[in-house]
Order: sequence, then structure tokens, then C-alpha cells
Amino acid sequence: MNRLIISLSVAAALFAASPALADEASDLAAIKAQLGAMNAKIHSLEVRLAKAEGDAKQARAQAAKSARPTAVASGTAPSTGQTFDQPATQVAQAAPAQEVTPDAPPPPPAAPASNNAFNPGIAAVLNGFYVASSRDTQKQTIRGVDTGDESGLPLRGFSLGESEVSLSANIDPHLSGFLDFSMQDDNSLSVEEAYIQTKDLPDGLSIKAGRFLSGIGYLNERHSHDWQFSDAPLPYRAFLNSQYGDDGLQVRWLAPTDQFLEFGAEIFRGDAYPAANAAHGGQGTVTAFVHTGNDINDSSSYLAALSYIHSRAQNRTDDEGNVFTGNDDLGIGSFVYKWAPGGNPTVNNLTLASEVFYGREEGLFNGTGFGQNRFGWYAQGDYQFMPQWSFGLRYAGIDTQAPGPMLTGSPLDDFGHSPRAETALLEYDTSEFGRFRVQYTHDESDLKPNDEILFQYTVIYGPHGAHRY
Amino acid sequence: MRKILIGTALAALALSTPAHANLSVFACEPEWGALSSEIGGDKVSIYTATTGAQDPHQIQARPSLIAKARTADVTVCDGAELEIGWLPMILQQAGNGKIAVGQPGAFDATSYVHLLEQPTRLDRAEGDIHAAGNPHIQTDPRMMLPIAKALAARFAQLDGANAAYYGARQADFEKRWTAAVAKWTAEAAPLKGVNIAVQHHAWIYMENWLGLHEVVPLEPKPGVPPSSGYLAEVLQKLQATPAKFVIRAAYEDDRPSAFIAEHANIPAVTLPFTVGGTDGAKDLFSLYQDTINRMLAGLKK
Repeated sequence: MNRLIISLSVAAALFAASPALADEASDLAAIKAQLGAMNAKIHSLEVRLAKAEGDAKQARAQAAKSARPTAVASGTAPSTGQTFDQPATQVAQAAPAQEVTPDAPPPPPAAPASNNAFNPGIAAVLNGFYVASSRDTQKQTIRGVDTGDESGLPLRGFSLGESEVSLSANIDPHLSGFLDFSMQDDNSLSVEEAYIQTKDLPDGLSIKAGRFLSGIGYLNERHSHDWQFSDAPLPYRAFLNSQYGDDGLQVRWLAPTDQFLEFGAEIFRGDAYPAANAAHGGQGTVTAFVHTGNDINDSSSYLAALSYIHSRAQNRTDDEGNVFTGNDDLGIGSFVYKWAPGGNPTVNNLTLASEVFYGREEGLFNGTGFGQNRFGWYAQGDYQFMPQWSFGLRYAGIDTQAPGPMLTGSPLDDFGHSPRAETALLEYDTSEFGRFRVQYTHDESDLKPNDEILFQYTVIYGPHGAHRY
Repeated sequence: MRKILIGTALAALALSTPAHANLSVFACEPEWGALSSEIGGDKVSIYTATTGAQDPHQIQARPSLIAKARTADVTVCDGAELEIGWLPMILQQAGNGKIAVGQPGAFDATSYVHLLEQPTRLDRAEGDIHAAGNPHIQTDPRMMLPIAKALAARFAQLDGANAAYYGARQADFEKRWTAAVAKWTAEAAPLKGVNIAVQHHAWIYMENWLGLHEVVPLEPKPGVPPSSGYLAEVLQKLQATPAKFVIRAAYEDDRPSAFIAEHANIPAVTLPFTVGGTDGAKDLFSLYQDTINRMLAGLKK
């Protein structure tokens, strides 16, 4: 039922946009005609510009022959009186030259910013862990939840964790593409994301299709190297297998208001936990979310979100062979607050984030009917106390309802124990592209607590896109 | 359900059609907001995305910026990858085709002047370098003339009805600006050939304009904060080649320049860098007046 409503609202949103557009069809035609004329004009200007550039180049080549311009002081190398004077006179000479010929084209544009001519931007994220823990991290479970295969803690000792290679590029003026491979510890390669995205749909609409991370919650859409901590908070691990990504379609609409207000809906194949085996003919998961945010003053800003995900699991089988078939509903409320003195985060800045999860899983677990309400939350803070150095604190917990006497002792039974985890983090950034972290976690998600200390490096190289808020 | 959605969508469309035919300008930095105002007058409405207290390299892609970019007709930015750490994310999330890269609604000031220090070696081991050259062109006021001309042409292209208005304002600006630059250049004559130290290597265009001589930057590589060891090297260099004063942009951490000022026994001069960087830099004209005044004061100390 819920699925139906969401599907309808996605459809309705799409329909809603089209009649409104039809009303303005005549305006559009006029605008298109104007654009056509403008394009022709631009083309003729471009031809003239190209010619002028050619002339300018020749002139410069001649000028260079007679007086080769001295390199500008590189800063570290003190230059003699002559070298710093020379470019100044060059600029001074160039300016009046333009005054005399008002029709002269502007100086040749600087080399266009391009990742690598027409090749895609290739970026790599390298990651490495060293973990020491009081218990074997691979045997620790989260009590009360039938978790997925990526909900666990990192391996003990040295490991790579997750390293990524991504390729991104504009495909044409209307579409861009993104492909992200992830390499796991066991040498397996997986396609983390592979999607196309629209760039110029009218009226604030945008569509994404392919495999991508869902826009629900706050952390979910961010790649793990972009998280404030080395791992996902406990509710993400328990309820979303660390993060939810799947094959599907996303529609977003950004309202034309000064208050940031964005609506989104998605429909997914339903292969990824908490869904399984592509129920409903390969439309096993639907989501909806709304994001809003603004500046509070010069120094602080916020982002708030409400999200909902409904997924259908068909014979979802965990590592121990337990089988679940049923529905999973989860609502997430998210709030993020950022502070930096005067809005300048370079010296000091603070990020506070908290999310609350409430949901229900119901269906058949190993053939036994059950319904279980689940609740989870986390709160975290991250403070950069001087350039390159920051520390963070996080508290997370979940609570699950008892699954009933028939399932006592199953993974759904928390034995009256409420999983909790407390984390502290110290981070040193060598630059915006390299960082080292040490993270300590006291984890009570299983019946016996685990103490873990984790060392991590993360580096990014290649043209890496800017990060989300 | 569907009725409500259609209603919402229509209401939103009504909101998105502005009542006045103004060009909505999204200026990345205050100096380009100020120049847009000189050229656009009351025919444009300007939102300036950053302030003089902020480092234009490092801006968070805040929700408020995305919302403003959504309704903008044109972005007026520095370009040359100065905004690469935040603007692409804002453009992507705003999904506004008018201001997409390469569209008439995307104006980059650095495209209209000759950039210095185009690196021959692109390697991040060199720090925060920009492939197109040093992007901090606004430190030389002479750069404003070709940019103003190009901006007026761009506004005219986007808003043909007011083309004559933009052209007239640009001509008037050019007259006033040329006179002002001549005045500043004359006033700044005592700065010619003066040795200075700078915090970030962001002043080469100003150094060229006034004939200042940069002895040393306080950052070991562009964008890399100095360690105490490096600052000791800087002090040694300043002993060999003494500087008259050390300058930093108002948005920068004041500790490195304060340290050097104390130990090299020279004044630390805070420059506005952009409109709003200091109280005196209220608009494009007072930005340069205040800059000159502060350096002349530093010379006398």
C-alpha cells in the first residue's frame, strides 16, 4: 500500500510538471527562437574571436622574440629589481592598447578548466586500516536485528577497508555520468555507483538513473570516505547495512525559494539490504524525502531532512542461513548544524549531526510470523580546534521490540540488551586530500562489549568532486 | 493527492516567475558582486555568496547557496578553479541549466585577463595550485576595466532590453575607474620597490601594479599552513633580505603574520583583499583606497 502511494506520488509529480509546462509552450517557442538567433550570433562572434586570437598569438610570438617576458617571481625565489618591474610594464602597456581599439576582442581566455581534455575525471580514494580490538570484530553481532553482510566492524589487524576509483564526466550538455568501483578486502571489485544524471531540466527538476546511493537520511548519500567518522553509526549499520544503494530511478525537485527546500522520491530494484531479491517485479523499494536548510546567521547554518524507505525482502538470507520474507519500513529524521566563525571554516569549525530512526519489520522469519518495531538514534559532533586538527565524539544506540516467544534466541531477540556504542576520534589532515585518524570505540552492540582502536589513512587523488554540505 | 501536488507545482511556478524583469546575479565573491552592481545598477538583483571574512577557496556548499543558485540568471565568479572546492557541488545540486558551465549565464572574470603563474608542472605536491594560473586578479584594479566591459556585454546578451543601460553604466564606470586608478597609482608611489612578506601567495597582481617586491610567502606551498620550522626559515630569509611589512588578507589566520611581525620586528598589515574585508572597504572604490592607505601606514611604522 505504502509502495503504491509513493509510486503514485512520483508519477503525479511528473504529471504535475507537464501540464504546467504545456501552458507555457508558446513562451517556450518564443524563447527557443530567440536562443536560435543568439546561437547564430555567438557562432559568428566565435569565428571572429578565433581569427582575432590567431592574430594576437602571432603578435605575441613576435613580441616574445624581441623581449622574452621574464618569469614572474615565484615567491620563494627572491627576484631582482628588473624581474618584478617587467611584467608590471607589460600589463600597463596592454591596458591602453585595449583603450585605443574599442572593438578589439578580449584577451584570449585562459586555458579552459578541464579535468583531462575529453577524458573523464578519474579519481582514486585509497584507504587503509589498522584495528586492535578486545574481541574478534568478525564475530560481534548487533543484538535484536537480522543484519546484512556489510553491517560489521572492520577486520582486526591491517586491512585496506574500501578503496575506490571513480570516473566522472559530462556526457553532453544535458547529461552527466558517474561510475565508482569499490575494491574490498577480499580482492573483489564491485560497482558502488553507476548513474546518469540530468543537468538542465527546467524548473528545478533533476533525474538520476542507474545504481546510486539513496538520498534518504543525511549520511546515506555520502561516500564512506566523506563521513566524519571511520565507520557508519550503529543505526545505519543495523537497519541499512551501513548505507542503502541499489539500482533505480530518482526524481528531485528544488523549490524556487530562498529557503532551501528539496523534495525527492526514488524507486529501486530492491536487491540491497533491507530489501532482497527484487520483489514486485524488480521494484522492491520505494523512498521519499524532503530536505530543507538555510543560514541562521553569518556563522551558522543547518540542514534538516525527513525520509522514508519502504522495502520488500523476499527470502533474504543472512550469513547463518536465517531466511526473512516480509516488509521493512523505516522513517528517518535528520538534523545537521554547522558553525564556523564568520562562515570561514579554515581555522575552527564545528559540525553537529543527529538522526533518529523509527521503523518496523514484519513478515516470516524462518517461517515464523512476527512484527517488530525498531528505534535507533545517534548524535555526533566534530570540532576542528586548529588548522588540520579535529576531534569528534559520537553516541549511538538502538532498541528493538521482542519478536515473540517463537523467535526467542534468534538474531531478532536482543535478550533484553540495548545495543550502544560510544566513539571518540582524533583527525589530522595533511591537506584537504589526505588525512590520518585514530578512533576509539566502546561498542556494546553485542552482549559482551568490544573495545576497539582503529588507525586509518584516507587519501584522494585526481579531480575529485566537491563535497556535499 | 494528485490535486494537491499539481497545486503545489503551479504555486511554485508562479513563485518562480519574477514580477520584475531584473537579472538575478549570483556573485561568488564580494568584488564581483560590487562590479555587477556598478554595471547592473538597479536592473539587477545581486546575491553575494561569500563575505570578506571567508576564504574563497574553502566555502561549504551550504543549503542557502544552493537555494540562491536555483533561481539565479547568471553567476559572476572569479573562475580559474578558485571556486572548484564548492561551486561545482552547488551547481549540481541547484540543477539550474542557465548557469551551467559553458552557458551564457556562467561568467568567469579570469577569462578576460591574462593570468600570471600558469604552472608548467601540475602536481599536488606543489600545494593548492591552479592549472589556469594565479586566480587572485582582483588585487590589481586595472583588471576591472576589461572585465567590466565583458560583464556589460554579458548582461546585455542576457537582458537585451537593458543593453543600452548596461553599456552606459560601463562607460561611466570606465571613466571614473581610470581616474581612480591614476590617483591610487600616484598615491602609492612610495611603495615602489618596497620589499614585503605575504601570508598566502595571493598578491602577485597587486605587486605587479605597484612594483612591490615579495621576499617570501609565509606558506611553504600555496594553501599549506606554515609549521613553526618553516616560519623559522622565513625569519632567516627576512634577516638576509629585510621586508618593510608583512601582509595578510583579512580572512586569513592572523597567527603566522603576527609571529613574523613580532620576531622580524616589522609591522603586520591586514589588507581587505575584497569588498567587506575591512570596515574601510565598503565598495569597489574604497577597497583599493583602503588597501593603499593601509600599506602606506605600514611603511611609516
